[in-house]
Order: sequence, then structure tokens, then C-alpha cells
Amino acid sequence: MSKVIRFAVKLSAIITFGVLFFMIGHILIRGIPNLTPSLFGLKYTTKNISLFPAIITTLMLVVLTLLVATPIGVFTGFYLIEYAKKGSKLVEIIRITTETLSGIPSIVYGLFGMLFFVIYLDFQYSLLAGTLTVVIMVLPLIIRSTEEALMSVDDSLREASFGLGAGKLRTIFKIVLPVTMPGILSGIILSVSRIVGETAALIFTLGTATKIPNSFFSSGRTLALHMYVLSTEGMHVDESYATGVILLLVILIINVLSTLLSNKLTKENRNE
Amino acid sequence: MNKFVIKNMNLYYDDFHALKNINMNIHEKKITALIGPSGCGKSTLLKSLNRMNDLVEKCTIKGDILLDSEDIYAENSDVNLLRKRVGMVFQKPNPFPMSIYDNIAYGPRTHGVKNKSKLDEIVEKSLKSAAIWDEVKNDLKKNALRISGGQQQRICIARALAIEPEVLLMDEPTSALDPISTTKIEELIQELKKDYTIVIVTHNMQQATRISDKTAFLLNGELIEYDKTVNIFSVPKDKRTEDYITGRFG
Amino acid sequence: MSSKSFEYFMKGVFLISAVISVVAIILICLFIFTGGIPFIQEYGLKHFLLGTEWKPSNTPPSFGILPMIMGSIYVTIGAIIIGVPIGVLTAVYLSKFCNNKLYKLLKPGINLMAGIPSIVYGFFALVVIVPIIRDIFGGTGMNILTASILLGIIILPTVISMSEASLKAVPEGYYKGSIALGATHERTIMSVILPAAKSGVLSSIILGIGRAIGETMAVILVAGNQARMPARITKGIRTLTTNIVIEMAYAADEHREALIATAAVLFIFILIINGTFLIVRRRSKN
Repeated sequence: MSKVIRFAVKLSAIITFGVLFFMIGHILIRGIPNLTPSLFGLKYTTKNISLFPAIITTLMLVVLTLLVATPIGVFTGFYLIEYAKKGSKLVEIIRITTETLSGIPSIVYGLFGMLFFVIYLDFQYSLLAGTLTVVIMVLPLIIRSTEEALMSVDDSLREASFGLGAGKLRTIFKIVLPVTMPGILSGIILSVSRIVGETAALIFTLGTATKIPNSFFSSGRTLALHMYVLSTEGMHVDESYATGVILLLVILIINVLSTLLSNKLTKENRNE
Repeated sequence: MNKFVIKNMNLYYDDFHALKNINMNIHEKKITALIGPSGCGKSTLLKSLNRMNDLVEKCTIKGDILLDSEDIYAENSDVNLLRKRVGMVFQKPNPFPMSIYDNIAYGPRTHGVKNKSKLDEIVEKSLKSAAIWDEVKNDLKKNALRISGGQQQRICIARALAIEPEVLLMDEPTSALDPISTTKIEELIQELKKDYTIVIVTHNMQQATRISDKTAFLLNGELIEYDKTVNIFSVPKDKRTEDYITGRFG
Repeated sequence: MSSKSFEYFMKGVFLISAVISVVAIILICLFIFTGGIPFIQEYGLKHFLLGTEWKPSNTPPSFGILPMIMGSIYVTIGAIIIGVPIGVLTAVYLSKFCNNKLYKLLKPGINLMAGIPSIVYGFFALVVIVPIIRDIFGGTGMNILTASILLGIIILPTVISMSEASLKAVPEGYYKGSIALGATHERTIMSVILPAAKSGVLSSIILGIGRAIGETMAVILVAGNQARMPARITKGIRTLTTNIVIEMAYAADEHREALIATAAVLFIFILIINGTFLIVRRRSKN
């Protein structure tokens, strides 16, 4: 019996990691040779299938989304942990809200973004509509990581600051925030990987235009969307592989960053 | 001279009556020790002197606490200014996770000191007063979490001194420290008496006898006895005080 | 502005930030439900949910979403059958069978797996799994089986991370107690540790179900997308999510309302799954 269990456990692990490594290997091997210079042409044409505009659009979307979502998420964390009374109704409601938001499938976000931002507010398929939709999506990630980081701050630090006559804001920004920074950053990094990989929430909000958006009100496509469109068209398999390589690379970098950060988080700022 | 006058003070945590009708005067530039078993209310009493109890939800205070004849719980009193005048040192050393220099400069910066040379001066003076200047003067940029617990506690005292308070509240400042660091802190407290009014909560009765001028004994939220330290420990008037200091309970 | 009124001002800013997510969810419910419910009322709930024909371009059109509901359920069950045993056992491997060195290598692998965009999984399934299935079973290779395998892989990191965390949280004493009674390492894990961690494992499965039901773009690539009642696992199907994406681009009027109503149904599914998840987790905390 023990042998069977041992075998099943090991086999499962081999399947999991086998699939992971095979998939990564397969995409890298087929994709890297296709990373030709023409793929990085400044403009997309039906000839070069350039993914450069998609890289820039992805970057724009990430930066804009974080610019909006980070302060809102972090401030929400401040309110929940530093201001709200324990067990207050509002806190309970916000907790349930963020938990519900984090479970909603991206296609529902996408549809909502289309109905509200694109049609109701008449933003059209645009960078703005895409950004705002994704902002709502990543908010729970940032709120939760901020909350967790704030909760782990030793109350004696807050007391020390108040004891010196510092007000609440000064205590939060000068003492609490620096200590919680790595935790908040890990939430932000998680959000970046979510934004980079998103497709369903963007197809009807950001749209799929092949140009780099030249204003908030123009459409574009991210790398992931680009890969989706190429895959469904079925004509540009090589370019899809190449896009996959870039996506994997981005995710890999994000993962390394977040691992480094969580190591830093556990090592530093501990007073034993 | 009375620094603090506490009149008919009652304190409640929600339904719990934590301090019952406290009346006591705290003398200027003397060391007053608060003793009593755990949960007797001595730390609560200490924290009501700089309104740290404000941070506790559902804490209500009735009666008066006067600092230099002014009610510190009055509507228009500025709690941040109060805490500048009444500094506090906590049980567990709690330096901020920043450099030693920034720890000391945090208070003065909070109260508007920006000038670099002025800050340098305050940092040096405070560290000297807390008898730790010689140990850290070459390491002012070092993270305050990277020094020993005893040193950390003196950094915290220096940090409290940097805002030039009039009163220093100490909540069992040596309970987390080793005997050698404890001796150093006790010597320091004696030294500080010249310039500051000091109120100290302690579990350690030898410490109270060694350093304090007056001692207050609290039990179940009541002030049982308050007298010169010599009297409390040699001829206590109340049976309960006697029981406590002879170690019969607590 | 004095420092005191600035404190009040910022407290207000924090409060407003905190309320934004509540406003967002209200807006989402409002737009999805008001967009979908009038259609359902007009078309009839029973016809909509239990109708087996989805033919928006017929005259008169029919909008029965039972095929899509069944499609979603089929591929989700498939994903659970494939993903859960492998996921849970991999979690057992990570927490109880592998040494520290290997763990430090493999654990980031799971994190990486969780971070890889689903479209990459979808593309991988399209170029690798679809041809294999086609070779074995004939047809297009885009069917329930392929979609199930794909979703099984996609939910792996979710199942593994949460199961592993709950396995780790089982007190050491349980293990020692069982070993002291002469049980083997393997037996102890299967009959003591795993049952002790069952609520965490259950949560991981529920979360996996949510993930599988909600997945869209990867599924489109491999499911075949035929709007018909599922017959065999080697036949193509369409899910609730894919139905929306495939037709939204050109849908108008009633057709479009029907798609929003589809999203409303999906949303309710998800709310039920989330609710179950919260209940299971709350129970395990007590």
C-alpha cells in the first residue's frame, strides 16, 4: 500500500512539473528562433506582424493601472487597518466586497467595462476604458496585500510615534508605510502579472487595435491580446510562439522580483 | 511643586472599571514609582498621563488630570502638544526601523525642527543625556534594530528626550533587559531626575526602592497607598500593601 | 490648511478610497443584472435556462443556454477530475516528500505556473494537446476532453498552493503520534494528515472550480465552440464564458441582451461558488 501511495504522489509531482517544464521548453525552443528583428518593427503591418506596439501598449496599461489602483488600494488598506473601528459594519462590507471582486471572472469584468465605460460613459474601445476595468480587477490584490502588511506592523511602533507627539498621518506615512512597503510592493507585482496576462477583460474595453494608442481615448492591444488574436486567426503560429516567449520572460522576471522581495520581507525589519 | 494633580479620576474600558476614584499628586523633578500586581491598573494610570489611552477604543475617563494646573483632557487641549511635554518610554524597546540618527531626530522633526545643524546638536545632546553617545557616535547611520536590547532602550530614552519633555513616563523600562543593561538604565534614570519629572511603572520592588522618591501601590484599580518610598517599604500603613511588598501575593 | 483639518481631510480621502471598491461592485451588479434581467423576463426564465437551442440568427431566434451551462459544467468537472488528484498529490509531495533543497527549486515553479497567462496555456493546448487528441480520437481535436485537460492544468497552481499551505498547517504532533503507533510515513499522510487538512483542500478545490468556470480565452482556442448539447467527450462544446466572447463582437439588440443575460447567469454561478468558499473557510477557522 505504501508503495502505491508513494508512486502516485511522485507520479503526480512528475506530471505537474513535467507539464510546466515541457510547456516552457516547447514555447522557448519554438519561439526564440522566431524573435526576428522585423518582429520588433516600430509599426505593425500585416507583413511584419510586429509585436512592438503591443509591448508598448502593455507597458502603458500597466503603468496607468498602477497609477490609479495603487493609491486607492493602499488608502483603502489605511482606512481599514488604521482608522476604522474593529468590527465596524463598513469594514465587514468592504471585506466581503474585495473577496467577491477577487472571485469574479475576467469576462464579467470585461462585459461590465464594455457596458459601463465603453458604452454608457462613451469612452469607446480605449486605453482609458481598458485601464479603468483592470483597475477594479487588481484593487482586491493591492488592498489585501496592504492590509496584511499593515496588520503585521508591531503596534509598539505606532505607540512610540504617537508618544512623541506625532499625529496619525505622520505616523502612517513616516513610520508605518516604510515598514509595509515590501508587502505593498508584492501586491503591486502580483497586479502587474495579472494585468500582463489579462485578455478577457480587455478585448471589449481596450479593444484590439494594432497601433500604439496615441491618447487615452484610442484603442490598442496588449501582448496577451495580441497572442489571442494571432492564435484565433491561426495564420501566424511562429509569431504566436515569439509572443509567448516575451510573455514568459516578463512573468519570469516578475516572479524573480517577487521572490527576492518576499525574502527581503522576512529578513528585514524584524526586531528580535 | 506638583507637576500632575489627579482628582477623582475614574477610567473605564467599555464596561470594565479599570481605575477607581484615583487622587494623587505627582511632584516635579522627583521619581514616582507605580507598583502593584499585574492588571492592577498601574500602566493604565501611566498612560492616562499622556493620553495614550485615547488609542484604545471604548476607553472613557471621568474626573480631572491637571498638568501644571491645566486639564489635559479639556476640549481644546492639543494631544500632540501634550505628548511633546510628557514623553514616554515603553516596556519593550521599540526603536523605529531606521537609523539611530533618524530615530532621535524623528520627534524634533515632527515638531518642526528642520535645520540640519540644529538637529545634529539635538541628537548629540539627547544621546549624551541618555548615556549612549560614546557607544554609538560612530554608528549614527546604523539601523537602530542592529544594536543590543539594552542599547535600544537607551536609544528610545534619548528619542524621548530629544523633544525636550518636562515629564518622562516609563512603563517597566527594564523588564525586557539583562541585569547589566538594567543597572545602566537605573543609573541613567537617577541622573535624569535633575531635569525631568519621572513616573515609572515597575514590577520589581527592589527597583522601586533603589530609584524612586515616592511610591504608589495600586490594587484592582484602586490607589491603596501613596507615600514616600522609604515609608511604603518600611512602615506600610495598609495591610494589603504589606502583603504585596513582602511577596505574599502578586 | 491647519494640520488638524488636514488630518480630517486625509481621513476623508482614505474613506472615499475604501468606498470605491464597494461602488465598483454595486455598478457591476447593476449593469450586468439590469442588462440581462429584462431580457430573461421577456424571453422566459425557463426557456432561457432550459432551452436546448441557441440560434440567434434564426427567425424567430432561439436563446436557450442549457448547452452552454452543460458545457461549462462538463469541462469544469473534467478539469476537477484531472486537476484535483494531481494537484493535491503534488501538494502532498511538496510538503511531505521532497527535501528542502528540491523544495526551494520546485516551489517557485508553482508560483511561476500561477503567473503564466492563461492565453499561453491555451496556445500550448492548441499547438500540442489538440493534435495529440486528434490523432487518437479523430475529429478536430477540439472538444470536451481537450478543454478539460487544459483547465485541469490551469487550476493546478491554485489547487497546489492552497492545499500545500493547509497541509503545512497541520500540527506536527499528529504526524509524530501516528508514526509512534507504528504507521508508515505514507499511511500517516493519507489517513491522518490529509484528513486533518481537508477543509483547506476543499477550499482549494472550490477556488479551482471558480477558476475553471471563469476561464474564457484559453478555452475558446480548444473547445470547438459548437453551441449544442454535449454528447460525447470527444465532441466540441461551448461554455458560458466563451459564448459571450464569441458573439459579443457582432451581437445587437435582443441577441446582445441575451449575451449579457448569459453573463448574469455566470455571475450568479460564481457568487454561489464564492459563497461556498467563504463558508468553508470560515468553518475551518472556527
